Amino acid sequence: MKKLRLATTSLAGCFGCHMSLLDMDERLIDLLQFIEFDRSPLTDFKTFRQRCDIGLVEGGCCNEENVRVLRAFRENCDLLIAIGQCAIMGGLPVMRNAIMHAEQPLNECLQTAYAPSETVWNPACRIPADAELPLLLDKVYTCAEVVKIDYQIPGCPPSADALWYVLNAAVQGNPLDLPPELIRYD
Amino acid sequence: MTTPQAATDYATDIVKNACRQYNNDASRMMDILWCVQDALGGIDTDAMTVIAQQTSGYRVEVEGVVSFYSFFSSQPRPQVVRIYLCEDVIDQHAGIAEVAAVFERTLGIRIGQTSADIPVELHWTPCIGLSDQAPAALINFRPFTRLTPDKAEALARAILAGIAVHELPIGEGEGNNSKPLINVEVANNLRLPGAVYFAPHRPLSGLDNAGRLSPAQVRHEIRQAGLRGRGGAGYPVWKKWEAAATTASERRFVICNADEGEPGTFKDRLLLTEKADLLFEGMTIAAYAVGASEGILYLRAEYRYLHAWLNHLLLERRRQGLLGKAIRGMENFDFDIRIQLGAGAYICGEESALISSCEGRRGEPKTKPPFPAQAGYLGYPTVVNNVETLCAIPAILSRGSQWFAGLGTEQSSGTKLLSVSGDCSRPGVYEVPLGISVKEVLTLAGGVDAQAVQVGGASGEMIGVADFGRSLCFEDLPTAGAIMIFNGQRNLLSIVHYFMRFFVDESCGYCTPCRVGNVFLLQAVEKIMKGLGEAQDIESMRQLSETIIATSRCGLGHTSPNPVLSSLKHFPLVYSSLIRENAKGMQAGFDLEQALATARAIVRRPAEVLQCEVRLQPADAHASDRLTGVLAYPLIARSGLDDYTVPKVDSTDDPSAHQEDAES
Amino acid sequence: MSTTFTIHVDGAAIPARPGQTIMEACDAAGLYIPRLCDVEGLAPQGSCRVCTVRDNGRCVSACTQPAMPEAVIEHDTESMNRYRRDLVTMLLHEGNHLCPGCEASGRCELQAMAYRLGITDSNRLPYLQPVRPLDASHPLWVLDTNRCIFCSRCIRASREQDGKNVFEYVGRGIHKRLAVNGNHLADTSAQEGDHAMSDGICPVGCIIRKGEGFSTPIGQRRFDKHLIGEEIENKSGRSDLSTEEAQ
Repeated sequence: MKKLRLATTSLAGCFGCHMSLLDMDERLIDLLQFIEFDRSPLTDFKTFRQRCDIGLVEGGCCNEENVRVLRAFRENCDLLIAIGQCAIMGGLPVMRNAIMHAEQPLNECLQTAYAPSETVWNPACRIPADAELPLLLDKVYTCAEVVKIDYQIPGCPPSADALWYVLNAAVQGNPLDLPPELIRYD
Repeated sequence: MTTPQAATDYATDIVKNACRQYNNDASRMMDILWCVQDALGGIDTDAMTVIAQQTSGYRVEVEGVVSFYSFFSSQPRPQVVRIYLCEDVIDQHAGIAEVAAVFERTLGIRIGQTSADIPVELHWTPCIGLSDQAPAALINFRPFTRLTPDKAEALARAILAGIAVHELPIGEGEGNNSKPLINVEVANNLRLPGAVYFAPHRPLSGLDNAGRLSPAQVRHEIRQAGLRGRGGAGYPVWKKWEAAATTASERRFVICNADEGEPGTFKDRLLLTEKADLLFEGMTIAAYAVGASEGILYLRAEYRYLHAWLNHLLLERRRQGLLGKAIRGMENFDFDIRIQLGAGAYICGEESALISSCEGRRGEPKTKPPFPAQAGYLGYPTVVNNVETLCAIPAILSRGSQWFAGLGTEQSSGTKLLSVSGDCSRPGVYEVPLGISVKEVLTLAGGVDAQAVQVGGASGEMIGVADFGRSLCFEDLPTAGAIMIFNGQRNLLSIVHYFMRFFVDESCGYCTPCRVGNVFLLQAVEKIMKGLGEAQDIESMRQLSETIIATSRCGLGHTSPNPVLSSLKHFPLVYSSLIRENAKGMQAGFDLEQALATARAIVRRPAEVLQCEVRLQPADAHASDRLTGVLAYPLIARSGLDDYTVPKVDSTDDPSAHQEDAES
Repeated sequence: MSTTFTIHVDGAAIPARPGQTIMEACDAAGLYIPRLCDVEGLAPQGSCRVCTVRDNGRCVSACTQPAMPEAVIEHDTESMNRYRRDLVTMLLHEGNHLCPGCEASGRCELQAMAYRLGITDSNRLPYLQPVRPLDASHPLWVLDTNRCIFCSRCIRASREQDGKNVFEYVGRGIHKRLAVNGNHLADTSAQEGDHAMSDGICPVGCIIRKGEGFSTPIGQRRFDKHLIGEEIENKSGRSDLSTEEAQ
């Protein structure tokens, strides 16, 4: 049987979903009989080796790089699965969209983050603008706002059981629908 | 100049007087609020507090009512001139945008914004019942019709010159519109009188005939006539009457629904202007038939210019013994009518929402059952009928149910008033027998190049040429009478978009599907208009529509997806021409360059940015408060582990910190 | 009990009494109909519509609709459950429901209902992301109306049980929001012991008690171990059903 190729990435996420992937413990060994990893922080491949069957995306999009990586995943994966609340609905980073009603939202966001205050020492009033840093988007976007997403595994992070269930179902060719007891938003 | 204290005392006196005028009765909240707003220009929280005290209620309840209705303002502005421009599609097609631009330019204010410099406000408002003479506007509730940029400029200059609204120059009003008590430049535009409403009627012949019958016999006559409600739903009138008459109660009410809010409908305006005596006769007969002694005419605020005229007619009727005690010498038949002014809420056309509004509440529909006929206004059995329905009653009693049943079709007896507007040479009111085809109406009205006809207003159906042979009746195309004609030049999708926006604005917000679902439906239409829609979006719209229709609590949500569904059904090409499949699974709605524009500006011009665009200010009082607010919010006051406690931030223990936080 | 009659829910005969709503009859029989705005002890109002059932072919809210003899009711079917999923999804997208950072997570009825209905496909609808001010003025509670689902439970509890009217809605349509009888919650008469402020009234994290956040460990919270509605399904109702039928 041909192994399924799996790619994973963390966009505007905290790698918690990837920790949950590792949390499958010894089941990972079982899984590796059916799955091989392509581009992923776990393999440290920064680009796709070949087309993948499944892409797992953690985190939403808050900067240019997130968008480019997500688009690359969409182009190179047959089945794209958003994992975790950040990928699905923005998660905690989306709280910055609460200032969207400001006249200049991004400016206000940077102001809030970098303006000198009781907790910020920044006498030169500088904001980081190094060319190496990816450009920030005007707001945080969910993965589904940027590309088509085929399935979502909610959770913060999704439990190892939930990830196991979906990957197992994919391997078996079963419907991916999570049973209610594995659906968690926190 | 008065001192601030004197001004406050003055305002408090006004508010207290307004409450006293209505016996401090919270159920007369609408009247109290109008009274206060007329005197002070708006109802602020101070006024709300006084009203709550006087009526033994709560300020937040008063605020709930004020904020529900679009014509109530929470900003007192004495002597303010409020200009409401009609934003309906018909007015858009007639050029309201140019008129609005002239008003904005001449007055120097933007629509929706208030200016401290001049006491003038500009607002958009949905259909004001003048689609046959669009574009139109209300200035302090006085209608101005057939506006042109020149006319708008003249009006704006006159307002700036301080000319009072009732002295603004107007054209001649038709019929009663020129009477001193009305005195507006409105045309009646009755294009085709028919057998029931605009045929000669000997005043009181219906009432006198009714008086010779028992109430039960009158109800039987109406049943035999096959009269169905003219408000759109077509519910048999006798059923409501029977239910109200047979529900044991000490008091019963007859309410006339003159909240003609469906976009494109204006035939009730004509009846109220020219046939109000017929309406009052109909209400009196209804009261006799169901045993009611109290009546309410719920008049939409857009028709406030008819208020004084209608009140005058009521006074006349009281003087003639047609209202009051022992009407027409009939012992034990007492009946009187009061006028309840609405304040701008389409939902109040729904009978139970209308009752809520009459009771001085937010205009939210009530839970049914019980139905209004069983437990309506103040809990008493209440019959709510449309203006047109009640105007048919005297003719039926006068000329007999057989005669009425012989008009129209088998299940739709009688004639129907149509409000015809849009792209036709003869817009106006047509009285036609039910069963008439759309094509015949188009011929009558001169709608020669119609590509689409909106039957029944926003909540009705948008049909195309292939369906112009269909009949207007309850069996085929039911309608409350709005016929909006759109020629080949019109963008149908933008019409659908306007109607959806109308429903979003007018949803009361009580139930989930209508409050939220319509917003998503509107966003889906916008997505397609921008050319970003895909085939699956169409399917998604259908599914969403089905859920909204199936699960909504009242008629608004049951019909709000109709513009989308009927245009999808009859004009699929309008959608499919804009649909595209996006390559490689990308979302067309996401534009990376646009999303990066701000940040790109920041990074490419760092020096400039630091100086102007993101010039960071040192911690000001405001920023400090914000931070205090964050710290004062105890996200982690106690962890899940009992033996571990996170050190508390000082400010959380200090109640004054919360106080400051709240006030900032 | 002499006037007991039968309603037929998805083919099952359920006993009902005059004056009972469809939901009350089903609850008594151990048949759970999903609901969010309805709660024990307060007058039903039928606003969330999650309890929509088809009563003799017409969609109604089970919490307000009187049970009528021999009514044929469609409840646990694909189309009814799709409506419910759509409604709960609408609510999840209307407000800001950032479950990972919300103290109500794990006891939130909206979240629990989404679990029960199996909602994972939320990317069909956008998020509205409202920005309403947070009211942390009161020493005991925080009010975050960005999480309000307009169930009116606090409004009804305050009015019906506390006799206070601390809460009411202002505005209308999508701009409707929960307001308090004063400039802030601290200005109102809300106090310790109010039914409106008690656990189980606010179904989400809109009314949050200060100083208690995340006190129950994950795994031990109300809906960590069982689905919402199971307490009704697990009642002895089903055996009542058979005995009543036997009589």
